[in-house]
Amino acid sequence: MDSPLLRVRNLSVTYPGDDGDFRAVRNVSFTVGRERLGIVGESGSGKSTTGRAIMGLARPPARVQADELLLGEIDLRTQSERQLRRLRGKRMAMVLQDPKYSLDPVMRVGDQIAETHRTHLGSSKAEARAAALEMLQAVHIRDPERVYGMYPHQVSGGMGQRIMIAAMLIAGPELLIADEPTSALDVTVQTQVLSIMDELVRERGMGLILISHNLHLVSSFCDRVLVMYAGQIVEICDAGSLADAQHPYTRGLLAALPELGRKRGELPQLQRDPAWMDDIAAPLETRSRKLGA
Amino acid sequence: MQMRAWLLDPAPASRRQAQLGGWFRAWLAFRRNTLGMIGLGIVLLLIGVAAFAPLIVDPASALTQVLANRLQPSSWAHPFGTDELGRDILARVVFGARITLTIVVLVSLIVVPIGLAIGLPAGYFGGWIDAALMRFTDIFLAFPRLVLALAFAAALGPGIENAVIAIALTAWPPYARLARAETLTRRRSEFIQAAELQGASHLRIIATQIVPLCLPSVIIRLTLDMAGIILTAAGLGFLGLGAQPPSPEWGAMVSTGREVLLDQWWVATIPGLAIFVTSLGFNLLGDGLRDVSSGRG
Amino acid sequence: MSIILEHVTVSYGRGAKRFDAARNVTLSVAEGEAFGLVGESGSGKSTVLRAVAGLIAHAEGRVELAGEAMGKRRTTAQRKMVQMVFQDPYGSLHPNQTVDQTLSMPIAIHRLGDADRRVSAALEEVGLGPQHRFRYPHQLSGGQRQRIAIARALILEPRILLLDEPTSALDVSVQAEILNLLSRLRREHGLTMLMVSHDLAVIAHLCDRIAVMNRGEIVETTTAEALAAGNVSNPYTQQLLRSNRGFDPSGGELDLLGSDAIR
Repeated sequence: MDSPLLRVRNLSVTYPGDDGDFRAVRNVSFTVGRERLGIVGESGSGKSTTGRAIMGLARPPARVQADELLLGEIDLRTQSERQLRRLRGKRMAMVLQDPKYSLDPVMRVGDQIAETHRTHLGSSKAEARAAALEMLQAVHIRDPERVYGMYPHQVSGGMGQRIMIAAMLIAGPELLIADEPTSALDVTVQTQVLSIMDELVRERGMGLILISHNLHLVSSFCDRVLVMYAGQIVEICDAGSLADAQHPYTRGLLAALPELGRKRGELPQLQRDPAWMDDIAAPLETRSRKLGA
Repeated sequence: MQMRAWLLDPAPASRRQAQLGGWFRAWLAFRRNTLGMIGLGIVLLLIGVAAFAPLIVDPASALTQVLANRLQPSSWAHPFGTDELGRDILARVVFGARITLTIVVLVSLIVVPIGLAIGLPAGYFGGWIDAALMRFTDIFLAFPRLVLALAFAAALGPGIENAVIAIALTAWPPYARLARAETLTRRRSEFIQAAELQGASHLRIIATQIVPLCLPSVIIRLTLDMAGIILTAAGLGFLGLGAQPPSPEWGAMVSTGREVLLDQWWVATIPGLAIFVTSLGFNLLGDGLRDVSSGRG
Repeated sequence: MSIILEHVTVSYGRGAKRFDAARNVTLSVAEGEAFGLVGESGSGKSTVLRAVAGLIAHAEGRVELAGEAMGKRRTTAQRKMVQMVFQDPYGSLHPNQTVDQTLSMPIAIHRLGDADRRVSAALEEVGLGPQHRFRYPHQLSGGQRQRIAIARALILEPRILLLDEPTSALDVSVQAEILNLLSRLRREHGLTMLMVSHDLAVIAHLCDRIAVMNRGEIVETTTAEALAAGNVSNPYTQQLLRSNRGFDPSGGELDLLGSDAIR
């Protein structure tokens, strides 16, 4: 792997609470290269919080700590809010679950894409418009001119998410974080949106972090998968070999999934071991290498 | 401490414990809201003063005219001075709290049931019922509130009871709209559908499922409106359409004091301050309640 | 036959603006059978379920439940026969009512009596204990809430249980627990189940026969075995089957973009 796009070492996110602090993310370390990295976990596993912390979107009262948080050569820990805002969109971008909430309802979708281009690249109105139209074409929208002038409520969920991707990628970021980008979509549309994201990420040589609860989706789409439980990474493995996962949590999750063509009277239920909650001492990056060898 | 643990038990053992625990949690959340606590303090003080008025001041001095003593400034005998008929202003303000509280309670008792009775069916049934009830509400909303209250008070004749009726008649429409809006947002909820599926009648659904969800926002709105109601009552009193002399109504006291405002400023200012502080108290309390209830989702 | 639907149509609007949420749906489910309706959002699967439940008064066509034809308004006894578990365990429980209040209401409506015993029995049946009885929904996890919703449906001892995506809002591990609970309850009570889901694997796990819906119509009725074997004839079913297998890196999906869906 050449020099990683993102390097995270011992990232922790803590929320202060009435009965002590809640550690949503605990000492998470990983790197992202020009690849598709999946983060899977159940609700409360800290997977979304990890994504938001990287983007600098984990706001107070949350406390973010890390020994290292490098986007290329930039130390994200020392960036001011203003500098972070400039980085978001230009160097790293995020796609969220529901385009309904991410798009401005009173602005034409094309203008929203063009505006990102203008803010980050300082282009003229005409240049931005041309770039936006090109981007709409890149996300396989047939009639970009017409879609450019539509308002968010006029587009379907799948197209809304494609527009979101266009807006996020127009300034040419090198890292895209997609947090459950297709969970609000129908299954047949899901695969289309993922294909488009896949195509663009490959063409542009970007890094992608796909955060999802869906094991099948992540293992079929990504190159590597991180499995998170209770704020920690319990396993890192190649997506193809998820079936050979070592950690009992990962194995339990896989077994609990109903499968077409494998009818079982009773699904094996996940038995949670309290020991999984304990802090993992050894940094996982090394452990996964051992596993891979 | 044991009491606290019992109240905060995540697995209550009875209906009562669950209910009390819920209230206690709400109280813990409210306690953190400093301004809300100040508001609560003021309102409790008002209630305390009204309840124990005869113990705080001599009842006779609120009404007894001592013309030799008129318009006295502050002194040991009369901390807030005396008015144009030589009555002790402190005693009058203290007894005035009773009148203010009566107005507040009576208006609440009239306004909330009317508002719910009109707003809930409108939001729940929709269609022509909604249209009819809301147009009726619009008619009342179309008049400026104080002018309408004045007209009612003038038609019914001056007096404290009529002032209350006049205020209540003008105050209910926003409550009907609020109850309707709250009902509309809940009408399609799955728990309403579940109740319907179980065979619950419309009346049961409204009473057991919707009313408990509407009440908090109605109560908050009422608390915030209290300041307005007190001011309207004072306004009616000021114009001579509210409580009649010699009863120590704050608005009426301001009204009589305005003639001597430049030379004996305390006669009008002290009851004015009482109106101001009480309104502020209700407003702070309402704001605090709103913050806490929206914070809890 | 426990559930018979004949030419059930649910439409909204009139004239040119008329929109059929469900069109001419005919199906039958045997006593004790679990039948699945699968489709995407807007396919009409939930509409059919709500028509069976009696929540859509203007549904056209014939609905017969346990040998009894349903009228426009259901009687209290008819209500007792059919109960439903909703998708969202956060929205289907009243936020200000304890579990005890939620479970006591149906007993009071139908004047079943013996409320205390019935409530604790229902809780036990869904794997919860007395410690959950006086909690508010916000003090329960998603899986526990869904268990309460199931207990509420079962407390009236219905013959037919309708399931509207009962596990789609839950985590995988919790989904397995709820699916196991539903299988057990079906076995023990001889319940007839009609389940709606967009997840083929979930629906094939619980159901024997499955109808695929698209744009308000049933396009194919098949069995779990045939689905698993990929032995389906309708092109839409085939596409659904492909999508359910996860992401296909060969990139064939971009060909499907022909229909730029615009609302």
